[in-house]
Amino acid sequence: MSTEKLKYERPAIRKMNTGLMNKFGTRTEYAPFTHIDGVAVKELIHKYGSPCFVISERTIRKTYQNAVRAFKTRYPKVQFAWSYKTNYIDAVCNVFHQEGSWAEVVSIFEYTKAIQNGVPGNKIIFNGPEKTKADLQIALENNSYIHIDHFDELYDLIELTQELKKTAKVAIRVNMDTGVYPMWDRFGFNYESGQAWNAITKIMASEYLEMVGLHCHIGTFMLDTNAYAIAAAKLSDLAVNIKYVFNKTIQYLDLGGGFPSANTLRGEYLPGPDMIPSIDDFAEVITSTILNYGYKKEDLPLLILETGRAMIDDAGYLLGSVIANKRLSDGRRATIMDFGVNILFTAFWYEHKITPAQEFSSHTEDMVIYGPLCMNIDVVRSSVTLPALNRGDHVVVHKVGAYNMTQWMQFIAMRPKVTLIDTNGESHIIRENETVKTITEPERMPEHLKTFNL
Amino acid sequence: MKIHSNLAVSDSGFIFNPSNGDSFSTNLVGAELIRLLKEGKSLTEIKKEITSKYEVEPTVFEKDYEDFISQLQDHFLVSND
Repeated sequence: MSTEKLKYERPAIRKMNTGLMNKFGTRTEYAPFTHIDGVAVKELIHKYGSPCFVISERTIRKTYQNAVRAFKTRYPKVQFAWSYKTNYIDAVCNVFHQEGSWAEVVSIFEYTKAIQNGVPGNKIIFNGPEKTKADLQIALENNSYIHIDHFDELYDLIELTQELKKTAKVAIRVNMDTGVYPMWDRFGFNYESGQAWNAITKIMASEYLEMVGLHCHIGTFMLDTNAYAIAAAKLSDLAVNIKYVFNKTIQYLDLGGGFPSANTLRGEYLPGPDMIPSIDDFAEVITSTILNYGYKKEDLPLLILETGRAMIDDAGYLLGSVIANKRLSDGRRATIMDFGVNILFTAFWYEHKITPAQEFSSHTEDMVIYGPLCMNIDVVRSSVTLPALNRGDHVVVHKVGAYNMTQWMQFIAMRPKVTLIDTNGESHIIRENETVKTITEPERMPEHLKTFNL
Repeated sequence: MKIHSNLAVSDSGFIFNPSNGDSFSTNLVGAELIRLLKEGKSLTEIKKEITSKYEVEPTVFEKDYEDFISQLQDHFLVSND
């Protein structure tokens, strides 16, 4: 008669230090994370391989609807525009478009993606410092909102509209001092120096440019709501002056993005969720600043938001597996995962929360988590307390929906599948994994290099 | 390699070294290994006992055993006599 064997956990020991602060911080997790929206992590890895990204459609919709509620209950005219650069996988974009989001793009590549996704040209906001004359012409013909970044672009657009005798709907991006450091002044026209007003004057004097909006994007991962109050006030000041000087009503104020997600920034003392203001806090300062600014009721501008990170980060998970365990020369535990900074770019900024996907005992170890790259920089967590992980064990990295699937690198390894769990709990591949062919197909071999003898 | 015979080990994996006052916590398999080492069992005997009791391949265990012994060495819980 055979008896069932006990579950094995790698033997581990740690010294107990009474009364000393644990420099590795508090224990990361108390329970395994076995399911995403009701689908077993084990099943997802079995089906799609390890590593793989998983997006929760339910979380995207819930987060989006909550943000819309926060703003629309406080202000009558609100429009969100999905920031393509944050995650431009078509299926992800379309969830936002189904919810009512316009598209906010920063290159002709992203612009083309939005058009291919079926976004009407007049619901695309074209931002960014690089727009060629050909790009501008496409946007002009599609009646998109063109947010001018610099005087060279402004002059290009004046020339182009005169040639085509077609009116462009434009806004300027305004940079300003909102009391945060570092001040983002490389994009757009400066408010304090009068540069923004000069651009506005130039636009108002142009026959074929219609000044419809004012845009700013004051920073990223902003932890201070007051900066948005300052930004909303400075944009409102310009809008009111435009009305006064040119008798022109500004149709919208675009406050850009920059709201943080609940990730913990590297070096931050408290965990992310304890640090960040809620979306309601941001909504409150922005809407109350505009409402109290003194606009006439009929002149109240549409409020556009290009929130990216705060909308999608929570909905993304990265599933991975333990390749190996080792000990470093100073005795520290090192765990090597099958995902690294190549696909988890945000590991450079965040102390990502990582949870084992299977049962574990209460014993934990302080460890460094490395990725699989043969590069010293491939550190996912420089110190984290986790249970003893066996080779082949699975882990879940949380809040990875923003920027990873756009800033990831095809470096040393190939990029994995991206999957989506729909609101009915069905999983779908939304981006196939790369193969050697994906990488080599665009390469060309000169004739004289085709053969060699070794 | 010999584990210090005066180590106190509880069932829950709490270890006390009376010679210097250090205390440690270990997991289930770790506590079992310390018990077996205190009994003076050889690696072959320990491997047989652990692999018959737990779901683990002998090669995996052997690797983990070596790693565990090096941890015990780091904590001065074993001597090389």
